[in-house]
Amino acid sequence: MTSSDANPTPLFPHRHLIGIEGLSQADITSLLDLADGYVDQNRQINKKGDVLRGRTQINLFFEASTRTQSSFELAGKRLGADVMNMSVSSSSIKKGETLIDTATTLNAMHPDLIVVRHGDSGAVELLSQKVGCSVLNAGDGSHEHPTQALLDALTIRRRKGRLEGMTVAICGDILHSRVARSNILLLNIMGARVRVIAPKTLLPIGIERLGVEVFNDMTEGLKDVDIVMMLRLQLERMHGSFVPSVREYFRYFGLDYEKLKVAKPDALIMHPGPMNRGVEIDSAVADDINRSVIREQVEMGVAVRMAALDALARNLPNEQPAGYGA
Amino acid sequence: MNRTAYTNARLFDPANGLDETGALLVEDGKIADLGASLFSGGVPQDMETVDCGGKLLTPGLIDMRVFTGEPGTEFRETLGSASQSAAAGGITTIIVMPNTDPVIDDVALVDFIERRARDTAIVNVHPMAALTRGCAGEQMTEIGLLKDAGAVAFTDGDKPLSDPLVMRRALSYAHFFDALIVQHAEDRDLAAGGVMNEGELASRLGLTGRPSAAETIMIERDLRLVELTGARYHVAQVTCKASVDIIRRAKQNGLPVTCGVSAPHLTLNENDVASYRSFMKLSPPLRHEDDRLAVVEGVADGTIDVIVSSHDPQDPETKRLPFAQAAYGAVGLETLLPATLSLVHGGTLALERAIEALTTSPASLLGLKSGHLTKGSPADLTLIDMNVPWVLDPEKLKSKSKNTPYDERRLQGRAIRTIVGGKEVHVSGGK
Repeated sequence: MTSSDANPTPLFPHRHLIGIEGLSQADITSLLDLADGYVDQNRQINKKGDVLRGRTQINLFFEASTRTQSSFELAGKRLGADVMNMSVSSSSIKKGETLIDTATTLNAMHPDLIVVRHGDSGAVELLSQKVGCSVLNAGDGSHEHPTQALLDALTIRRRKGRLEGMTVAICGDILHSRVARSNILLLNIMGARVRVIAPKTLLPIGIERLGVEVFNDMTEGLKDVDIVMMLRLQLERMHGSFVPSVREYFRYFGLDYEKLKVAKPDALIMHPGPMNRGVEIDSAVADDINRSVIREQVEMGVAVRMAALDALARNLPNEQPAGYGA
Repeated sequence: MNRTAYTNARLFDPANGLDETGALLVEDGKIADLGASLFSGGVPQDMETVDCGGKLLTPGLIDMRVFTGEPGTEFRETLGSASQSAAAGGITTIIVMPNTDPVIDDVALVDFIERRARDTAIVNVHPMAALTRGCAGEQMTEIGLLKDAGAVAFTDGDKPLSDPLVMRRALSYAHFFDALIVQHAEDRDLAAGGVMNEGELASRLGLTGRPSAAETIMIERDLRLVELTGARYHVAQVTCKASVDIIRRAKQNGLPVTCGVSAPHLTLNENDVASYRSFMKLSPPLRHEDDRLAVVEGVADGTIDVIVSSHDPQDPETKRLPFAQAAYGAVGLETLLPATLSLVHGGTLALERAIEALTTSPASLLGLKSGHLTKGSPADLTLIDMNVPWVLDPEKLKSKSKNTPYDERRLQGRAIRTIVGGKEVHVSGGK
């Protein structure tokens, strides 16, 4: 007897969390509801739970990450799992091991949950096909970063009470952003109105067909929005290839109080971090205690990742399959 | 109040469809009034009066392709000397190219050009800024900040922007700022080593040819990128029949594309190179006579929007060399108008089109306030004697450099007065 037989309508009817794509409104709402509870747990003195006791969680990061990796590590530990961090350095890639080799090697160690970040779009999905456990995407290339979109949604829902009907402007490097893609998908599923604002060089072709309104001008795009999501502009993209310079980018596309004037007076400011102060966001705006929820996003991140790990673990088999390990 | 009346003038303005004899009043640097009936009862006593003797009074000419040597090679030309040359040629506004030393690719350098022009130039000077840093074709410049600082368009000047990805991103980025991108359309790899037009004559002279396909391939490529990006794109000079056909078709398809041609390409052909005359060495090169006829027709039917001088002063040391080693370029500010008028006199170009291509068209492309005779607009005016015959003496050119392809040529028609912001900066007897 498997757990899915015991629970014919699971909380989250998916084996992996690869992306927001394919999730329903109910799936997202369940995760957010679950995360709400974990926000409370995380504010207690005793933060430790045991729903993942006995489970092994591997954080497999092919790309350097500080906040996402520590957030997943903390989430797993607070749920009682044994967490192992693996940063796959470029040296072992140079040794010639392929992604699939790495996956099958790890799979032999019987993990229950693998959290993966990889620099190539689609790599996490490929890996998920080669392992027997649940896989969570912690960011793959420019494709998806589902837990970021979920934590953003949780932040908005707790502040504004709802997602439906909110007007959200996502600003900056949409082209290279997995955060933008996941957020566009999630916000559309949840009935929010999504705008993207960026120089044309940082907008993917056909973006308007993903359910967004497209703007190049911040003062047009920010008009009457409830939420301003800024994206990080990576340094290597600033010097002449996509935008001419940091100062020009900040002048026309950086968020400052002048441009923010046209947004709703209670508009929230979000940023997935790490921020480039003075590039995509003015320091004073980023630190505005009345508008900026950037630090709150980090708190929500742990809760959302706990919810995601918990929800996926509920679908894992609880008993050893017959003949296993014989 | 500073008031001057220009009476008995043939008021000619293609922008307003104006061609009538009348008067024009300049007041405090602006056109205060004009028309056939103005001053029909006589000019008030207190007003300075210029009797135009029935000559052509047009909007001040605008030359949107001028190279100078300032900063960096002031011995060739300064902004001041270029402006003297422009004024003598009836030109009231020059657009200077960014290929100086240093290249005009930074806001501070745009400010420098504007300040030097204000202090030393007698005509209006606007810079085009570099499209890529150092005109090196790799990183785009600060198009937004440069435009705000006063750059009227963006170009790498006499260098083509070769890399299609850089070009695509520049066009894409420029679109938001409604910035005009100007390309010197010549595929450098295909034209490599060539010093004159490819063809029979080059073969006879033993010189390596530059095929016109180097131009058409670049234009065709860029038009595909314009289709992708929607940006405003201008070919600095088209020189061959195929290019004219391509642009004509692109315009019919509604692409935001425009182009120019230089006066030498309208009036000279590759045969003028014969006997290795390095003053005829231009980039792109002078083409076959069939190409020349096609570009004249292109101007006549409006496919080619503007006529430029492509003024490029070179000192004798860089020109008195074997043809292959000589520098490219010719001075042209003082021959832009007479060379264009030669087509009008020859019956291949209507006067209205000629003046439009020298005034209204460049003004609207670059967003300038001048370029037409309208009440309230700047009093930038050119008084033209259409018919006066003269012989070009290079020593009399105001430019610091004398590398003119029209050396000793018999010309007909020239500017007899040039007025910039109401101020007369050039007056000749018109003899």
